[in-house]
Amino acid sequence: MVSQKITITNPQGLHMRPAGVFAKGVAKFESDVTIHFNGKDINAKSLLNIIGACIKCGSEIELECNGPDEEEALKTAVELIESGLGE
Amino acid sequence: MYTGIGASAGIGIGSVVIVKEPSLAYDNVTVSDIAAEKERFNNALEKCIAKTQAMAEDMKTRVGAKEAEILEGHVLLLMDPEMTGQINANIENEKMCAEAAVEQVCDMYAQMFSSIEDEMFQQRATDVCDIKTRLLKILLDVEDLDLASVPEGTVLVAEDLTPSMTAGINPANVAGVLTEIGGKTSHSAILARALEIPAVLSIEGIVSKLENGQTVILDGSTGEVFASPDEELLKKYTAKREEYLAEKAALQAFIGKESATADGHVVELCANIGKPEDAEKVVECDGEGIGLFRTEFLFMDRPQVPTEDEQFEAYKKVAEMLKGKPVIIRTLDIGGDKEIPYLGLAKEENPFLGFRAVRLCLKREDLYRPQLRALLRASAYGEIKIMVPMISCVDEFRAVKAMLEEIKAELDEKGIPYNKDIKVGIMVETPAASLMADAFAKEADFFSIGTNDLTGYTMAADRGNPDVAYLYSTYNPAVLRSIERVIKAGKAEGTMVGMCGEAAADPLLTPLLLSFGLDEFSVSATSILATRKTISLWTMEEANAVAEKAMSLVTEAEVKAYLESVAK
Repeated sequence: MVSQKITITNPQGLHMRPAGVFAKGVAKFESDVTIHFNGKDINAKSLLNIIGACIKCGSEIELECNGPDEEEALKTAVELIESGLGE
Repeated sequence: MYTGIGASAGIGIGSVVIVKEPSLAYDNVTVSDIAAEKERFNNALEKCIAKTQAMAEDMKTRVGAKEAEILEGHVLLLMDPEMTGQINANIENEKMCAEAAVEQVCDMYAQMFSSIEDEMFQQRATDVCDIKTRLLKILLDVEDLDLASVPEGTVLVAEDLTPSMTAGINPANVAGVLTEIGGKTSHSAILARALEIPAVLSIEGIVSKLENGQTVILDGSTGEVFASPDEELLKKYTAKREEYLAEKAALQAFIGKESATADGHVVELCANIGKPEDAEKVVECDGEGIGLFRTEFLFMDRPQVPTEDEQFEAYKKVAEMLKGKPVIIRTLDIGGDKEIPYLGLAKEENPFLGFRAVRLCLKREDLYRPQLRALLRASAYGEIKIMVPMISCVDEFRAVKAMLEEIKAELDEKGIPYNKDIKVGIMVETPAASLMADAFAKEADFFSIGTNDLTGYTMAADRGNPDVAYLYSTYNPAVLRSIERVIKAGKAEGTMVGMCGEAAADPLLTPLLLSFGLDEFSVSATSILATRKTISLWTMEEANAVAEKAMSLVTEAEVKAYLESVAK
């Protein structure tokens, strides 16, 4: 299991578009990807659950990857968020 | 008369066609062959994804990429592993039929989103319901409503217009849209605006109040709806409709034209924006640049100060979108009345005369330096100019410029690119800056007159207080003299002078501003074409004559009455 904390910088938080880019980007990994936010564990491959978590701009989340390709999954997930998720 | 939200401008007159979804009732049976039922669901899901993708493609080619986004979002939602996993689990564990399994899971997500009081989440709830309907239709083999074949002059009336319904819509036949739900950012609103169909949304119970074939008038600007209008009303609105269409066509003719007076005096016509996304609209409306980009949005509704990088991205985005056209970015204008909890500012007796804008920024270098640095870095990607708000003495401006020089040296040292000739100017909005305009003209690269605050500070009147609001008027000779003084002082030193307050878009003031020699008008994106038209109606000789007479008058009422009498 690997994990890392990161801050969301999308001006309107993780709404439909950036959340869609993120969910799609991590879906290809075999590992489970989980977002820990506000005491909740969110399946990062689920667009509906990411949107439902209301993650706003400036919020810190923890990404956790667990599985055979966890290192690469975490690296990709972090890069996606750092690159602004297409916004 | 009914009222709702005017979501797409224009007047619509036509006969009602009520759009009702066909029944999606099903027998809620307990399934025995679980594997077969799961397969039935997964086949329907695949079909639904393919269909939604096709709808998105069609929307993209017929309407636009932006309008197709909602449908592209649906495709992603349909591929959500949690949602499909829960539906499959319902079939497997609860022995639900596919229809019931879909309905239960979709309703759960819709409820989760609709419990959040935010228009964006309400829209997501609508998305989930739309997906549910589409899935159920495929499972039950129910045909989609065909809105492509409605007759000319139809006013569509529905609880909500979903993307599934509107996919085949023919704008030539639809005179208007009325719905019970949806706001300005809903799918119906976005589509109606893109297709230029007048629309009024969120009218309570409208489906049950109207009948098929009934004549109805709707005004998409005011949100008013009249059912079964009499002869007189019909005549009035037919004329209004023609007037609206003629005016719109006339303004379209100004796209791509220079902003010039009838005798060829050219000025610059820019727009004011509050968010990077607004820049798209400016480009669409043929703005010649951004005359005011407010940066407060970056700092509000969030738990902490935005990072330098975050700001850099936002500024760079706008600079790139404008492709080398000027973008005047105003540094942070907060404090006093605009509350930002994480700054921990003390409440003030007199916020408008207090610790705000540049006064705050010069004391809080931790806030200001990252912003200036982000602006300088972004200046490598377009024609960014920096504007300092609320300046009331020369020292303040010199302090900002000194800070900028220090940051430039840091950037040079690190080899980070920026525009070495970046222009730095001031917003003229205090009487002090106006009175010292000749001195500022020697130090600033440009002026931009903020007429809203300049009017308030000059007249010492709060526009929000009804007892003194009568004093708050830019037609006051005192305010006009101040504006004239600033423009002429700028001209004398060759300093570019712009205006970004509401007065810049006021057609009554256009001849005065032209005569004073204003170089740049910055207005809201939607006022660009109308302002360009007003400018084109005047010659400089006429404008000078109007200015001379107007400036000889001594009361606000006289000035206003005179400008109205000569308005074009």
